[in-house]
Amino acid sequence: MAWETLIGLEIHAQLSTRSKIFSGASARFGAVPNAQACAVDIALPGVLPVANKGAVERAIRFGLAIGASINKRSVFARKNYFYPDLPKGYQISQFELPIVQGGSIAIVFRDGEKIVRLTRAHLEEDAGKSLHEDFHGMSGIDLNRAGTPLLEIVSEPDMHSAAEAVAYARAVHSLVRWIDICDGNMQEGSFRCDANVSVRRPGEPLGTRREIKNLNSFRFLQQAIEYEANWQIETLQEGGTIHQATVLFDPDSGQTRMMRSKEDAHDYRYFPDPDLPPLVISEQWIDEIKRSMPELPSQKFRKFTDDLALAPSTAAVLISDRSLAEYFETAVQGASPEVKRQSANWIAVSTNAKLNERGISITQAPVSPQQFRELMDRVVDGTISGKMAKDVDDAMWAGEGTAGEIIEKKGLKQISDSGELETIVDQVIAANPKSVEEYRAGRAKAFNALVGQAMKATRGRGNPAQINDILKKKLGG
Amino acid sequence: MPLSRDQVKHIAHLARIDISEAEAAQMQAQLNDIFHLIEAMQAVDANGVEPMSHAQDVMLRLREDTVTESDQHALFQSAAPQVESGLYLVPKVVE
Repeated sequence: MAWETLIGLEIHAQLSTRSKIFSGASARFGAVPNAQACAVDIALPGVLPVANKGAVERAIRFGLAIGASINKRSVFARKNYFYPDLPKGYQISQFELPIVQGGSIAIVFRDGEKIVRLTRAHLEEDAGKSLHEDFHGMSGIDLNRAGTPLLEIVSEPDMHSAAEAVAYARAVHSLVRWIDICDGNMQEGSFRCDANVSVRRPGEPLGTRREIKNLNSFRFLQQAIEYEANWQIETLQEGGTIHQATVLFDPDSGQTRMMRSKEDAHDYRYFPDPDLPPLVISEQWIDEIKRSMPELPSQKFRKFTDDLALAPSTAAVLISDRSLAEYFETAVQGASPEVKRQSANWIAVSTNAKLNERGISITQAPVSPQQFRELMDRVVDGTISGKMAKDVDDAMWAGEGTAGEIIEKKGLKQISDSGELETIVDQVIAANPKSVEEYRAGRAKAFNALVGQAMKATRGRGNPAQINDILKKKLGG
Repeated sequence: MPLSRDQVKHIAHLARIDISEAEAAQMQAQLNDIFHLIEAMQAVDANGVEPMSHAQDVMLRLREDTVTESDQHALFQSAAPQVESGLYLVPKVVE
């Protein structure tokens, strides 16, 4: 009998505020060690936290974007544990009453849609960083990151494969950037995933889960979950048992391994932070934020699939990045449905591939939406073929000019003059009596060979559809 | 629910406080005094009363998202036992 894998993710999104969540120190990445760790962040005696309105606002934006309920009253709690990069001895987090509860995110998976339910999203502060390189047998502590605002986004165990979990993580990654609450920079740790993985026989109660900590790339997320799920299945099949544990993924070996810290490190003894009274959010503030929200990816997805009849997989690429969706919408403003459809496919495949190759965002692309539109117009009006358009597009990306200029310069204009094409087809028929004979004997392949000859004669510039028609007419007659 | 001696030691361990057997006994007695007090309070029927999360009936004050603190790490680190390259040095911790 098959096994079922259940995956839930906890995502830590660093909120894009200027200052920290409970202090006025800068939250900018990359400063020299401890230059941005103020008295509150290093927990000098007598200091008090004061909450950052910008962090709360970003949490509300997230809650609104996923259709969650925003708790009008939420509570900050102390999560107590001992570690040198946590100078207070506790992390300020939210426990019983988080700011955001419920909600869901739709993901596109294997060209179908799937809903992932969210449990909650809560505000908390990040810890500092421990550097374990050798400082005379000691560890170095940098507290610049201490107090950086995080939104911890917790999903239900609704994913059933590593690929699904990655699709969900990508959707969240896209959403937090879309609504401007997190820069999504995974190298800098602005977006980190923990994965809870368990396996069971279908219909049985939930299996014991193990948590894989600190996955900072989608590739590692995928590899770690695949390894972990297989390991659990093998362990159970060999008659072993799974014990709840926290594990780390080692990218070099591709394996997960137990963390050395003892389980009692998770005895956090949460209690409401007496330094911070309850966070109360007014209906009016929520309404204000609602009015400032952009059109959401889910709404654009609906528009693209329903109104423009795009394939879900194409629409999913377009909404993976707000600037990409806006590029598309700007390019096809006032265009015919055919231009819109061609443009969507072109951006989702060719443009997207070029962006990935170069590792840049569409905002850095050398081709503006208007220039791109010109190219698509030339394809749809038959001036150039799709194949020629690829060459023109490459030239545009290489900075050789606009579509019109390049078509002119390279003499790429498609031959759609039927007189000229008829002459060429006549020559091809005369030069290939064998193929003509075969075609008349009922071999379809021979026809394609003749089209190929005609295309060759036009050096790829003939309009293939027209050549087809002319050939059929001439051979049939 | 009185605390056992082992629970007292466990709590001390979580806080990384090294206590002797005699201190553990003393702490156990003191902590259990507090638990007796809580037991007495539990006699009150608190059904339907919203749990209190703060002693004062006030709400959180929020500040605008602006950077107000400057770099004072040299001053702060003058009180640290050991520093290097701007880092605080602590006994080795390895995960």
